[in-house]
Amino acid sequence: MIELEHVGKIFPGQRSPAVGDLSLEVLEGEIAVLIGPSGCGKSTTLRMINRLIEPTKGTITVAGKNVAAQKPHELRLSIGYVIQQVGLFPHRTIARNIATVPELLGWDRARTRARVEELMDLVGLDAELGARYPAELSGGQQQRVGVARALAADPPVLLMDEPFGAVDPIVRVRLQEELVDLQRRLRKTIVFVTHDLDEAMRLGDRMAVLNVGGVLEQYGPPVDVLAAPASDFVVEFLGPDRGLKRLALIPVSAAELQPGPAVDAQATTENARAVMQREDVDWVAVLDDGRPRGWVGAAALDGHERVDEIEATRFPVVVQPADSLRHALDALVSSPTRVVIVVDDDGRYLGLLDVARIGKGLDP
Amino acid sequence: MSLMLADEIIRWSWVGDHLHEIWHALVQHLELTLIAVSVGFAISVVLAAIAIRFRIVYQPINALAGVLYAIPSLALFILLTPIFGLTTLTAEIALVSYTIQILFRSIVAGIDGVPDHVRESATAMGYTRARRVVQVEVPLAVPVIMTGLRIATVTTVGFVPIAGILGSDQGGLGTFIYDGLNRFFNTPLFVGAVLTVVLAVVLDVLLVRVERLLTPWIRRARVQA
Repeated sequence: MIELEHVGKIFPGQRSPAVGDLSLEVLEGEIAVLIGPSGCGKSTTLRMINRLIEPTKGTITVAGKNVAAQKPHELRLSIGYVIQQVGLFPHRTIARNIATVPELLGWDRARTRARVEELMDLVGLDAELGARYPAELSGGQQQRVGVARALAADPPVLLMDEPFGAVDPIVRVRLQEELVDLQRRLRKTIVFVTHDLDEAMRLGDRMAVLNVGGVLEQYGPPVDVLAAPASDFVVEFLGPDRGLKRLALIPVSAAELQPGPAVDAQATTENARAVMQREDVDWVAVLDDGRPRGWVGAAALDGHERVDEIEATRFPVVVQPADSLRHALDALVSSPTRVVIVVDDDGRYLGLLDVARIGKGLDP
Repeated sequence: MSLMLADEIIRWSWVGDHLHEIWHALVQHLELTLIAVSVGFAISVVLAAIAIRFRIVYQPINALAGVLYAIPSLALFILLTPIFGLTTLTAEIALVSYTIQILFRSIVAGIDGVPDHVRESATAMGYTRARRVVQVEVPLAVPVIMTGLRIATVTTVGFVPIAGILGSDQGGLGTFIYDGLNRFFNTPLFVGAVLTVVLAVVLDVLLVRVERLLTPWIRRARVQA
């Protein structure tokens, strides 16, 4: 969908290039994250795609067409653009800000208004905010407007330059989640610039790690980059807790669950003891119609006929197959049994994970 | 001066007898001001457009406008008289030349004050340069431009009486001021001076109103903050 071939940019009066010789392909419907330290040319690269910056060498094609062969303002009508400072027009209401590109394209009023309403709903903005001015909105709301404005004419391509960099961490995570959700429905081709590794991992289908001068050190799915960094630079850039970061990207469903010591509440204590012995542990999970009620320790079984008679201790945390292994690990370290219970969407017991099983998730 | 102080401050009978002349002078004062500011604004818009497009000419234009502004007003009227005579044209040329520096600089400053990220996002949305300037940059420059307009207008109201040196058709309310000075007669002097101030204040207030109408987003934002 977007192809950069030997693209380079030397700014006037500078000896070393901002981007030396970069080739990169972004597939249709994926989020490609450009990440790297400052001076790595990630923003420059992004801006060359919509010709805010003209490359000094190489060619860029979007949807099979060379961008240099199109009039810049016409090219940009089909490429959404979101930046950190949002860049909303302060003198226009939210509704008119969102209507920017439809107005430029000459849509009629009814169509524009319907589209604005649809977009405000899509990005989770109250319809009544449409009549407000940008300065009356919070940073997070403004950034949603920025995204809505970029999506207004339904462009196939979206360029995002650290769009969530200026909002507080809580709002940032929410906006990231919303973007992931939006992308699931819209399937845009997105190039996303950030220097935040967590953001890159959360959003990127693939991430391009850039070194100073636009040198492409590695390009691939975040999980693969974390598993096998291609160079010392990438290793250093990813930081010391690469394993934990990878765990954050691997779902519990990818790990092999242990059946674990589990008995039905109606089981006899004798039965429970047998299960403990088999699993070589001193506790057993108690299930109610397949759902974990909690656990009981070996000592508590004494003097009882059936497991049902003993009050089970609730598991503090249970995880689901869609949760990350990192989340499971976190639950595990805070659990007295040093295991974490996995349940399905209905809350039915699936099995459990211990440290060894979680660690195995990192094996290729 | 001592003679003037001996005179009563205002002789209301004179005012009553000269209502028609006072009205005529007030209207003339207003006309001279509006023409000067309008023409000055039109010229400044053109100059500012050139300076914004071709940055290199900003300093020369600004320097030239600065030289014009620095010429003492009385001297400028006298310098222009041999060429254009004791005419309204002479008065207007002088008055216009004083507005240009203020207006030119305020327009350029207003456009320059548009945040880069707003300009960039407008460009990235697909605005052509011309359309962006008209639909995004100019509206955002309005507060600064209006400030320049207010200064230029008030200043011009103050300069018009000096043009009265060219004759009674060019001085607006200044005619009364000269009349009073010449005849050591306080009443026309005061009428001329007070009405000049009143005119300046009224025009300034009107321009503030216009600015508010043109920039609804600014007040709303303040309320929010």
